[in-house]
Amino acid sequence: MSATSTTIAPGARPHRASLHRQRMWALWGSYAALSVFVVMFLVPPFYTVITSLKSSAEMSAQAGNPWVVQHPTLENFTYLLSYPNFQQFFINSVEVTVLVVVVTMVISVLAAFSLSRMGFWGSQTLATGVFLTYLIPASLLFIPLFQIVGSVGLINNVFCLVLLFPTLSVPFCTWIMIGYFSSIPKELDEAALIDGAGYLQMLWRIFIPVAMPGIIAATIFAFTVSWGSFLYPLAYLYTTNQMVLTVGIVSDLIRGDVFQWGKIMAACVLAAAPPIVIYAFLMDYYIAGLTAGATKG
Amino acid sequence: MADGTSVPADLMGRAMSRARRSNGMQKFMRNRSTIAFLMALPLILLIFCLVLYPAVYAIYLAMLNKRMTQFVWFDNFVYLLNRNTFRLVIFQSCLFAVTAVILKALLGFMLAHLMHNISGRNQRIWRGLLLVPWVIPLALSTLTWWWMFDPSYSAFNWLLNRIGLDSVPWLGVGWTARACTILVNVWFGTPFFMIMYMAALKSVPEQLYEAADIDGASRLQKLFFVTLPMMRNIISITVLFSLIVTFADFDIVRILTAGGPQDMTHVFATYAFQVGIQSGDIPLGASISLFMLPILAVAAYFVLRGVNKRTQEIAA
Repeated sequence: MSATSTTIAPGARPHRASLHRQRMWALWGSYAALSVFVVMFLVPPFYTVITSLKSSAEMSAQAGNPWVVQHPTLENFTYLLSYPNFQQFFINSVEVTVLVVVVTMVISVLAAFSLSRMGFWGSQTLATGVFLTYLIPASLLFIPLFQIVGSVGLINNVFCLVLLFPTLSVPFCTWIMIGYFSSIPKELDEAALIDGAGYLQMLWRIFIPVAMPGIIAATIFAFTVSWGSFLYPLAYLYTTNQMVLTVGIVSDLIRGDVFQWGKIMAACVLAAAPPIVIYAFLMDYYIAGLTAGATKG
Repeated sequence: MADGTSVPADLMGRAMSRARRSNGMQKFMRNRSTIAFLMALPLILLIFCLVLYPAVYAIYLAMLNKRMTQFVWFDNFVYLLNRNTFRLVIFQSCLFAVTAVILKALLGFMLAHLMHNISGRNQRIWRGLLLVPWVIPLALSTLTWWWMFDPSYSAFNWLLNRIGLDSVPWLGVGWTARACTILVNVWFGTPFFMIMYMAALKSVPEQLYEAADIDGASRLQKLFFVTLPMMRNIISITVLFSLIVTFADFDIVRILTAGGPQDMTHVFATYAFQVGIQSGDIPLGASISLFMLPILAVAAYFVLRGVNKRTQEIAA
């Protein structure tokens, strides 16, 4: 770029200047259009926060501009934090999510290593099968699973989710880990084998550290699935002590026709905080893993 | 990555090490696939017990009568197809999925282009802001939408009244409610399209645009003859994948309208939930879910083909 600009004839100057101006206009145009989108996209989260700061009195008055808070208060948050049911939902969500993430990562890292590096009879078919499983939505199998969970005696037990969420998270995590493991040069495992490392040692000492970005991406995916899923908990859990956050907020804070919107919105803020914090720090890894899934195969 | 120079070197290295190890390794190599199988065993068990078995079981369930005492073959499917409510569900599911995916694809494409114009640090910040809808768990953000659509003290109606228009019963009237469910889905899903298309845009080689510039191509020509052909594969993968997810959506409709008014917004997943879990007619619910299968299978086949083609392109 710089090499061509030094050899360019002086007569080309005006043209370059107009090109520059054109580019500036494109840039500012892009910023303007993006701002419109950002405002539209952020209206619901903004409104969530606004409502969560309103007192019950202000909510029931139903007067004035709903988009501003007259008397900001944290009473909804303090109420929720000392509300035993909400505490229970939060603890359940955390427990389930931690277990699901651990189970998912163990299953998918082992399987991805086996499928991408070692191989056995039918491993290619299995890899394709894993991808197809990823495309099966939760709403296709929730009714037979309801029967199966019932026959195992785990209906209305929060830990049935630890059994069920991996069916949603493992396929994709395995798939991205296969992608990351395949991109590690073969010379590395040759060297490890010559040095006398076993397969598990090779996986632990070489593959996991080298493929760390992939592991982070897969972990975030498993977390997202487990934290935000709504259908399985709604179908299989029905008493408050067994519910997780998504279902708990919908069914416990809404009683009949009484909507405590201030509290519901405050609960949404609290429940959405963990994913937002995680994404704020690790978004790049997640996006890299996600797009690699489609661009690298 | 696999350019001409590294392949022979790799082959040579492997041949050499194989020659060196051939005796002692023979036994080890025989073990190798056993170890591999054992490592993949948890995955195989998971897929067989919690995906394949339920899928077969679903087909069996769908052929039972309501009390699950008698095998009635395809009676449930026939019964459903003869019901007006279920025809509405089929129509609404298709309308919901197709409209939402088209809108998401178009908006995502626009956003990706806008984002491609700005660069570096700024891009990261703007991307972070635009990804917020996609980061918040869908069930929670749908609650906020519900609250904003609330008829009595609704945020939107207040704005409408402010500029002198009448209140709209957002979720109370069929077609408006349908539009609202689609709107929420588009709001949630557009960022996903944006990041996929941004990655695709980044992978289009700059030389192609320079060559097009030299040939005097206009902006529109560059879009249609350079960008779109280069992105075709990712576009189709993303669209089909999103079609599957949107078609099977549950959260939005369940929370926003629960299928109402007059069952006009029910999609397969919510109707199956209402019939199968809430009313307790498990066989009928299972058959409603199974109606999604053919459409999902076709989409999945094409996604798989696209991904395989893409893998070959990159390997080549």
